[in-house]
Order: sequence, then C-alpha cells, then structure tokens
Amino acid sequence: MKELFLGIDIGSTTVKLVAVEEQKIVYKKYERHYSKVREKACEMLSAAKDCLKDKLIKVALTGSAGLGVAKAGGISFIQEVFATRKIVEEMMPDTDVVIELGGEDAKIIYLSGELEERMNGTCAGGTGAFIDQMAVLLDVTPAEMDELSLKAERLYTIASRCGVFAKTDVQPLLNQGAKKEDIAASIFQAVVDQTLTGLAQGREITGNVLFLGGPLHFFKGLQKRFYETLDLNEKTARFPEIAPFAVALGAAYHASNTNETYSYESLLQALQKTAGEVNTTHHLEPLFENEQQYREFVERHKKSDVIHQNLEEYSGAAYLGVDCGSTTTKMALIGEDNQLLYSYYSSNKGNPLVIVREQLLEIYRLCGDRVRIKGCAATGYGEELIKNAFHMDFGLVETVAHFRAAKHFCPNVDFIIDIGGQDMKCFKIHNNCIDNIMLNEACSSGCGSFIETFAKSMGYTVQEFCKRGIMAKRPIDLGSRCTVFMNSSVKQAQKDGAPLEDISAGLSVSVVKNALYKVIRVNSADDLGENVVVQGGTFLNDAILRSFEKELKKEVIRPSIAGLMGAYGAALYAKEHTSGSSTMLSQQQTLEFTHSAKSVRCGGCTNHCNLTINIFSENRRYISGNRCEKPLGKGESKQLPDMYAYKMNRLKEYIDMPTLGNRPKVGIPLVLNLFELLPFWYRFFDVLGYDVVVSGVSNRAVFNKGQNSIPSDTVCYPAKLVHGHVELLAEKGVDTIFYPCMTYNFNEGHSDNCYNCPVVAYYPELLSANMKCLKSIRFLMPYFELNDPKALAATAYNYFSKYLPAVSRTDIKKAVDEAYKAQQAWQNDITDAARKTLEYAKENNLPIAVLAGRPYHIDPEINHGINQLITSYGMVVLSEDCVCKLTENQKVNVLNQWTYHSRMYKAAKFAVETPGAQLIQLVSFGCGIDAITTDENREIVERGGKIYTQLKIDDINNLGAVKIRIRSLLEAVAEGEKNADIKH
Amino acid sequence: MQTLNTKSAVFTEQMKQTHTILVPNMLPIQLKLMIAILENYGYKMELLETEGPSIVEYGLKNVHNDTCYPALLVIGQLIDALHSGKYDLNKVALILPQTGGGCRASNYIHLMRKALKNNGLEHIPVISLNTMGLESSPGFKITPQMMYQILYALILGDLIMHLYHQTRPYEVQTGASQKAVDNCISVISKEFNGRTAFGSRLMDKLYDRVIGEFSAIKLTGESKVKVGIVGEIYVKFSPLGNNNLEEFLLSENAEVVMPGLLDFCLYCIYGDIQDRRLYGRSLKAAVASKAIYKFILSKQRRVLEKLKGHPRFRNMTDFEETRRGVKPYINLGAQMGEGWLLTGEMVELAHSGVRNIICTQPFGCLPNHIVGKGMIRQIKEKNPGVNIISIDYDPGASRINQENRIKLMLAAAK
Repeated sequence: MKELFLGIDIGSTTVKLVAVEEQKIVYKKYERHYSKVREKACEMLSAAKDCLKDKLIKVALTGSAGLGVAKAGGISFIQEVFATRKIVEEMMPDTDVVIELGGEDAKIIYLSGELEERMNGTCAGGTGAFIDQMAVLLDVTPAEMDELSLKAERLYTIASRCGVFAKTDVQPLLNQGAKKEDIAASIFQAVVDQTLTGLAQGREITGNVLFLGGPLHFFKGLQKRFYETLDLNEKTARFPEIAPFAVALGAAYHASNTNETYSYESLLQALQKTAGEVNTTHHLEPLFENEQQYREFVERHKKSDVIHQNLEEYSGAAYLGVDCGSTTTKMALIGEDNQLLYSYYSSNKGNPLVIVREQLLEIYRLCGDRVRIKGCAATGYGEELIKNAFHMDFGLVETVAHFRAAKHFCPNVDFIIDIGGQDMKCFKIHNNCIDNIMLNEACSSGCGSFIETFAKSMGYTVQEFCKRGIMAKRPIDLGSRCTVFMNSSVKQAQKDGAPLEDISAGLSVSVVKNALYKVIRVNSADDLGENVVVQGGTFLNDAILRSFEKELKKEVIRPSIAGLMGAYGAALYAKEHTSGSSTMLSQQQTLEFTHSAKSVRCGGCTNHCNLTINIFSENRRYISGNRCEKPLGKGESKQLPDMYAYKMNRLKEYIDMPTLGNRPKVGIPLVLNLFELLPFWYRFFDVLGYDVVVSGVSNRAVFNKGQNSIPSDTVCYPAKLVHGHVELLAEKGVDTIFYPCMTYNFNEGHSDNCYNCPVVAYYPELLSANMKCLKSIRFLMPYFELNDPKALAATAYNYFSKYLPAVSRTDIKKAVDEAYKAQQAWQNDITDAARKTLEYAKENNLPIAVLAGRPYHIDPEINHGINQLITSYGMVVLSEDCVCKLTENQKVNVLNQWTYHSRMYKAAKFAVETPGAQLIQLVSFGCGIDAITTDENREIVERGGKIYTQLKIDDINNLGAVKIRIRSLLEAVAEGEKNADIKH
Repeated sequence: MQTLNTKSAVFTEQMKQTHTILVPNMLPIQLKLMIAILENYGYKMELLETEGPSIVEYGLKNVHNDTCYPALLVIGQLIDALHSGKYDLNKVALILPQTGGGCRASNYIHLMRKALKNNGLEHIPVISLNTMGLESSPGFKITPQMMYQILYALILGDLIMHLYHQTRPYEVQTGASQKAVDNCISVISKEFNGRTAFGSRLMDKLYDRVIGEFSAIKLTGESKVKVGIVGEIYVKFSPLGNNNLEEFLLSENAEVVMPGLLDFCLYCIYGDIQDRRLYGRSLKAAVASKAIYKFILSKQRRVLEKLKGHPRFRNMTDFEETRRGVKPYINLGAQMGEGWLLTGEMVELAHSGVRNIICTQPFGCLPNHIVGKGMIRQIKEKNPGVNIISIDYDPGASRINQENRIKLMLAAAK
C-alpha cells in the first residue's frame, strides 16, 4: 500500500485538509465549519474518500480548534505556528519573515536572525473575523469590500487594537457620509497597523516576507496595504497560491514523521468517536424549563403594546420621529392620540440619508392630503445630519427621546436600559429627570451587532439564531468581557463540540451579563428600582429578554416597539413642542433631494479634525466631524475660559521658546508627568546652562512614529504616546534626553501616600529597554523625588556630576532652588487663572465643568478636544489640579495613595460644593487605578446630590458617546433646575 | 447610598476565641504552614481551597470589573465562602494581605469591605496582614516572635515547593510527590504544634527531613523541558488565578521552575534601603530594613547550604545573586508590584539555563507593563535562545488561547 500524509488544520472558522503523496499535493479542500468542528472534519474526510482509500495514512491535526479533536481522538497534533515554520523552512528557505493571518489568530515568525515566533495577545482580537465584521457593518460581502478598497482615495485613522475599537471608529464615518471605498481601505490599513504594533512589536519586518492564511490570500486590498506600508515589491512580498493551506501542509509534513498509521476507515472511526466526546465547558441553567413557561412569557410581554392605526385610514395632524442610530435607522409617525401610524426599522446600509429620503417619500405618499405633518424631530448618532438634511424642527439627545417613550409605557419608570446594535445605554430616572447615565465603554460595545455578525457568520439570521437558543438545554457560560473575548470563548466551546443551541443561548446570557455587570454594574436587582423598561432592537429577541429577566430575577417591561423607542420618543417630543407647523422639506423638495459628501482635514487648529462636508440639494452644506465652530465659517465665536486650553497654551510657550544658540542641548519629552514638571526641569537645565528642547505637541502622526516599539498593547494611550515623543526628540537631533523615573510624586498633604502610578513612575525604564533610537542617544533617567529640596540637590549632584561636565555642587543647588521657584510660579499661575475662570462663570452665570483627569490629559491627542466640545456647549472648563487648592481635603473609603488621583477626589468635592459646577471625570482606557477612583468619585458626587459623569478615552477619535453624555448631563441639570423652580 | 468612613468592623480580642478567620488561597503550601503556626497562638484559621465558576461570578458582581483579576478572585472566593452556608456569619472574620506599595493591590482590603457592605455583611471584620502599620486589629497582633516563626514557615514552604517541582514530573509512582508534600506539611505542623519557641536547630532537622522525604521518591531519570513561571504574585502562585498552569505544564511533559515567595519578602524589605539610597529618605527605616534583610538572607542561605552539591536537586538561587543579576536590566528603584524582582526572576531563570519562561499577569496589570512585558525584549536580546511569553489572565480570557501560546513555546523548545 502507498503511504499518504494527511494534514488537517481546524481553525476558528474553517477546516483545511491537505493530502500529500510522494511529495505532491494530491488533494486539498477549504471549508467553513460553522462551529460544527467535529462533524465538519468527518464530513471533509469522507469527501476525500476516493483519494484516501486503500492508502496507508499518516495524519496530524493542527489549529486552535484541532487541539481538542486531536486529544479526543488520540490523533497526533502539532501547534500551528510550529507547523507553519517547518513547512516554510522546507519549501521556501529564503524567507525572512512569515506573516499569517487566520480567522481569529495572527502570527508572525522571524526566520532570519534570532528565531522568533509570536501570536497575537488576548486583546488583539480577530483578523479574518474582524474583516468579516467590518464587511457586515458596510453592508457588503468581504469580497465586495475588497473590491471597494482598491478604489480608495484616502485613508482614515481607524483604531487598530481590536475589532470593537475599530467599529467605534467606522460607524461615525459611515454616519457622516464618508465614502465606503475609503473606509474599506482604512479597515485593511488597520489590520496592517495591528500586525505591526501588536505582533511585530518593534522588530523590523525586512527581507523576503511570506504572507499566509486566508485573508491575505483572498483580499487584494489587504495585500496592497501591506505592500505600501512595509515598502515591499514583487520580489520581496510573497503571496503563494498555497497560502490558505500552508498550515495544513505543515501538519501533513509533520505527519510523515509520526509512527501511527491509519486506513481510511480507521481514521474516520477515530474522528467520529470524537464527535460524541463529553465536553468540559461550564453550563448555565436553560432559559426556559418547558414550552409552557415560554408561552406564558410571550403572553405577558404582549401586553406592552401601542395602539396601531393604519396611516391610510387616518386623517389629521401627525408627528414624525427619526432615530438615526449607529447601525440602524428607525422612524415613527404618530397621530394625535399617540397611536403609531407608520413605522420603519432598517439597517443603515452605510448611508442613512438614502433610507430616510425613501421613507419620507413613502410617508408623504401615504399621507396624501388627509394627513399633515405638524412637527418632526431627529435623534441618535445621525441626529445633526438628518436634522440638517431634511430641515427637521427639533433635534434631541437620544437619552431624552428614550425616556420620553419609556414614560409612555410606564409613567413611573425608574430605570431604562437600551441595547442597540452598537451601544448600550442605561439611565436611572430620579425626580422625573434623567440621572446617572451609563453608556458602554468602547471595550464592551458592539454587543447587539456582535450577535448579528456572529449569527451571520454561522449562516443564520439573528432572529433564527436567537430562536435556536430559547429551548437550549445547556447554555454555555461564555464569560462577560468584550466581544473579542467572547469570540475566543465561543471558539473554546466549539472545540468542545457544543451544539449551536447552547452557544446561541450562552451568547444571549453573555450580552446581558455584559450589560448588567460591565455597564450598569449592579449588585442586586433592587439597585435598578421597581419599574424597569428594556428597549432597543436587541431586546426584541426573546432569548435576550429572558436572560435579562433571569439574571435580574425580576419581570421587566418590554414595549412591543422596543426597537422603535427612540423614534417614538422623538415623535412624542415633536408633538409636545410643535409650533403648529413643520419646517421639514416638502414632498417636492424631498423628491429633489440629493446628497454628496467629501472629506477634508480641518486646518483650523492642531486637532486637525477629519471633516466631512455634506452637500445637499440647493447647494446646502453641512459639516460634520468638527469639535468646534471654527470650520463652520461662523467666524470666531467667543471662546469661553478653559483651563485645559490655558495650561496647554502655557506649555506651548516652552516648546516655542527660542534657543540661545551655542549652549548644549537637552531634550525633554512632553509626556505623562512632565506635563506638570516641565516648568521645573526646564528652569533647572536653563540655570545649568542648557537649552531645553521640548519634543512638541502630540498628534496621531507622533503616535505613529513610535508605535512599533510599544511592548505592551494594553498600556494606556498616554503612555503609548511617549514613544512618539522620544522619536520626535531623536529627529530634532538632541544627543541627550532627560526623563526621570519617579516613584513618588509631590506630597500635597491630601493623601495617605504620594505615589505615581507604576506606569508614570517607571516608563523611562521601558523606553530604555525597547527603543532603538535611545541606543545612540544619551538617555538620562535618574530616580528622583521632589519632596525635599535639600535631598534632591544632593541626589541630583551625585547623579549629574557623572554625566554633565564641570557641574559643581553650588550650580546644582542653585538650579534646584530656581526650579522649585519656577514650579511654584506655575502652580500659582494656574490657580489664579482658575480663580478668574470661576469669577467669570459667576458673573456670566455659566455652568462649570470640573474636568478631572491627570496633568497629561490636557494633551489634545489624549483628550481629543473634549474640553473644546464642552465649552461649545456653554460651560467653562476647570481642571482637577487648579481647583485642588480651592477646597479642603476629601476623606475617602479607599487607600488614597496616588497624588494625581487624590486630586480628583478633591476636585469632586469642589464640584459638589460649588453652585453650577459638575464633575466630569476623564479616564484613560487601561488605567487600573481609575477602577478605584471612579467608584469613589461617583460616591462623593452623588452624595452631594449631583450627577456623576465619566468619559473614557483612548486612541479612539470619536466623540459621539461623549456628546451624548455631556448633552444628557446638561439636559438633566436643566430639568433638575426646572423642577427645583417649580417647587419654590 | 453609602456613607463615608462609617467605622468598619474591627476584629476584637474576644473574637480571637470565637471567630474563624478565612484565608483566601494564594499560595497553597506556604499558607498552610503559616496557618499551622498562627494556630499555636490561638487563632482559628481556615484556608479556602474552593474553586468553581461561582467564585468568578461573585467577583464580577462585587468588584469593579476593571480592577485586576486577583482582586476579583480573592474577593469572589471569600464572598463565595460566606454564602456557602458553611460558616456561622457571626463567628467568622476575613484576612487579606496589604503591601502598601504603589500598585492597586494595596486597595484589596477596601474593595473587600465595599463588597461586604453590598452583601449586607459589613459586620464581618477584615484583618489587614501588613508589615507597614497601615491598619491594625486589636485581636490580631503579630509579635516579632510570630514573625520569626512565619519566616521559617515560608522558608520551609519554598523548599517543599522547590523540591516538589523537581520530582513531580519524574516520579515513577504517580502521586508520590504530592504525598511527600502532604507528609512534610503534617510533620512540620506537628513539630510546630504547641511550640511557641523554636530556633535553628529544629529548622535544620526539618530541612533535612523535607529533603529526605523528596530524596526517597523514585524517579524515572528522563529529562524534560524546563519551564519557568514568573509574574504577578497571585496569578503566579495560585492555581485559581492561572487556570492550573502548573498542572497544564506537567501534562505537556514539562518541568516547572518557580522562584519562591521569600524572594518577594526580601524584595519588599529592600525597598526602604533603596529609598534611602536614591532619594535620601529615612535613614532609620533603611537601617532597620537592612538588618532584617540580612537576617532573612542568612536564614535563606542556611537552606541553600543544605542543598549545595545535592546529587539530585538543583539549588535555589541566592537572593543577592538575583538582585545583582538584574542590575544591567532595570534600576532597583522600580519597586511597585513585583517591580525589579519580576525582571530579576526572568534573568535568574535565563542565567540558570531555563530557556522557556512564562510571564504571567492579570490583564492590564500596571507594573507588569514595565517590569514584565517591558523587559522581555531586552532579556531576549542579552540571552539569545531564551524564549519568554507573556500570558494575561482575566475572567474572560479563554484557556484555549493561553494554552495554545504555551504549546507554541513548548513545540519550539523540543
């Protein structure tokens, strides 16, 4: 009998099978397994019967899902990266680097030089799956997306860390009307960036690069991005035909070295045996115990319905609400009795304007002469766009719209939770006004659409998929972190051979847990209050609704129009506020309505916002993507006092300070704690006779400069930016960079200890260990503490006498003294400025935002212009450090030992004490210490009877969620004041 | 709404008689011995060896989900125990370590109290186990004599762990090594029982006894790939925190090498000396710490002598060697979390020929960005052929991802 070597690669989404005989591939097959891992493997083996029968088969499995099958069937297994390396060494020995992107794993292998094999970290998410998800978002097939990408004219920045983040960037682009071609290419660029930062982590990719795996094989657009980014040519970039099968081929080669042999029949038997294997996954209770229970559940929820009336049978006044959400557009037309006359719910398909226009025409047609639309309102992500395009009467923030609608179903509603495609929103109702808004952070977002995308990838519609879960017997516990983690949990369950029903039910439970424990963070069901209304399209799925009730152990109200609540609420709002007639485009105008968009980069300030200029019929223009009024051409509106801008401008003076020519230079990066200490060290070196070169102001390009030397992809964005600043200094040609390590911060007497956080304290160590450019620059990173001037003078002398020529003890002492004076002057200056700002607010009766972050949050690339956004809403902005001196110490329930963070407690106290002030806390994603401070600040603020607002920021440049929060906050404050007035 | 600074429940002297103190499982062997000593002083203690999904569940419900995984597990395990019905909730107290360093871990105890309050259990006292005078409980006092004995317990615990790791992968009779561990713990506990004063003579005897116990185990004589485990202290040692990493490596035919707990204590004590040296901070604290440091070091060296030249066992590394070895990599001033010690342990392993190292940490661990992930490239550069992978642990991180990466490392090692 002839020997045949078989390699089966079972990945997260596909099974690849390759048979090799006499050094030749005699059979190969590539198929999606739709989570039926074991069945698919058996099926594919059977399909290859003709080729396999009567052969002496040696076999090896590989791939992330292959491990379990191999174990269960007692079949030889080889780790996939290892298999890849072996085959490449065998077949293409002149390869220097291999990049393999699979369904959810990404791998890189360096063959020349020091051998290195790496896989993506847990937070790096999928690649093939990521592209699939993005394609769904654009409403095209992955192949179409590839086509589109080739016609791109420009690239947008899309967060590359993981799919969830990228989605948060893509959605607003779509809503603003950016071109799909450009977005498609930008998505591929994000994959490339992710590969370079997450995988290569600073090691250069040079020489002959071999690209493997499905996505890199099928997507020409992705190949193009790699070509351009890595500066490769036809000779050095290799995309072999065998790419999708390379790993399986590696397994086949490995098989040739194994001893066990099979016949076709015995191998099939071994594989089939695994299909019935007991699995080890954790299981949850079934959603329903029996059919009866399910029927009762359905009956109960039928009760929450609205009156429906056919529009064609109605005559009189009507009111329209449009909710243009991140993934879907919803419209509702109501009559004088709040009855629903017409409704519409559809995916945006990439351009909501087209949909709204079509629907308006349909509504006009159905209205005829009988019905007159007297008012209309827009809400949701696309509120501004829709309002401007169609001349709607009102625009309202979506939280208000949802509250309006919920009240209709449950006048004494205490709590509203809305899970939509992209966002999860919850808010408490207190004194008949919105209080305590919770929005999902970028990291847990995308839950509604996650189920949808997942269902589609398994070949089901979301309705079918969820339905399958309703009667699942043993739902799988998939955990409750972000969707990327869920992906891997699903993978694990698939590996264990879990049926689709159980995965479906498990996903529903996970989405609910995510909402409850990540977003709302409940301890008990009572926290939510008596009357809970759930809404959003996601809740239309009974499996999710049921999971929610089960988890909460409480019955909730789900209106039958759960998916339309925003639109319905907007319609109700329009009805309440109507002036008697509407400004909306007429039927004729709507018919003639046209829209085109182009994107430009604003040059108004250093934010360089990506603007989208929408051009409507009659040459009307609407600009979106802006943070301030500048590009709108309304002229310079009066800028309200803003301590963030003030401090940043003061620091810019240091950057622009002319150098004195022939003095030696020392570079200081404007990063992390140096945002506070720049005046100190600037003066210090100035007195010592040095010109200080400050790196500059951050922007995305600065980040990109340094991104490939970041070793930890989960560190906060402010830390990641440091790498770029060091590169900037290197470009400026400094031969010495000064950046001290500081375990301790200033002891300001308001905390138990005065630490810096570990990242701020020791980041220079990481730079020195990871940045190539520092090998040729003298990098001074002494360990200093600034609390005792005398001790500093002594330690500084010890240190600098080794590095700086001819510096005496007296020189250092003088420099230290002067530095302290400079620091004091800086502190006094900002405290004075804060006082003036406060007075200004008082005189002009303006609300105050105490924007509490860390000194480095004034960096425009870190705060993404949030301070400007806040002033555009008519609030003056104070920072945590400048108000800290204006109030007493705040006692807290936790160990208060970080100086920067303890300032925020005082800022919270200040916000509580000061009339008209609100605390808005800025939290950088990944700041572990803020997990503690946020809870504590919330408590301080709420105890003081105010509303706590938290804004989580990362490299994502999307202010949509921030806008909702700030507008809701203002709305709630205004409501609260109105209520207070009534009482008086 | 919670009010601020409500007095948290105190562990009173009377409670010493009536209450059982629950100990979260951080390091199985060392903690068992420690408890044996504390019981001599009249404390009733119980080490929680519970596992299962409800622990994570309670953790997720009771702790801010962005807080690190160990906090979530420790608090989850304690709350889970309180809800188990096994304990009289009026006669139970909890204990948690508190280092007072610049890492979030110093706040576990406060998070624990918040969690108790949320569960309506604020009457249960939480004892802070610290050496910095951060908090004190009238009913729980560690005297210098007790400290001294706990020190011995740690040394013995480290020794047992060190030897166990060397016999377990090679034992001829399955379970022999575990049996040796159990024997040692029971013998030592018996020796400690009722003794409030003991010294180095007894210790010598016990060291010999432990070494003897493990020397008697029959080994196969094969050779396996050595894999070092370093990392954040909880996920490094606790099977609950690292998804039974040790067992997984054993099942993959590897030998685990793990630096001990005493090193962590020495590292913490060294902080004061370094603070004086770098910043001119308190001389008094530095002098006192130096004395303690030297004392503990001398005790550790006693064990090293016992193992020196042993035909079967590899010796432990002298802490001074670890400390000196790390200097070319990172300043000893980096002292938050596991600080320079973590880098030092990777270097120590690399120098001692362990070419495969797993650096474990909770997802988003702040100090490890620097001292763990941040140092890997440099260590690899200076020690060619050494393979280090970094694994994050988290309630949502799936085992398959973690294991696949470890398998990759092992595949390359073979």
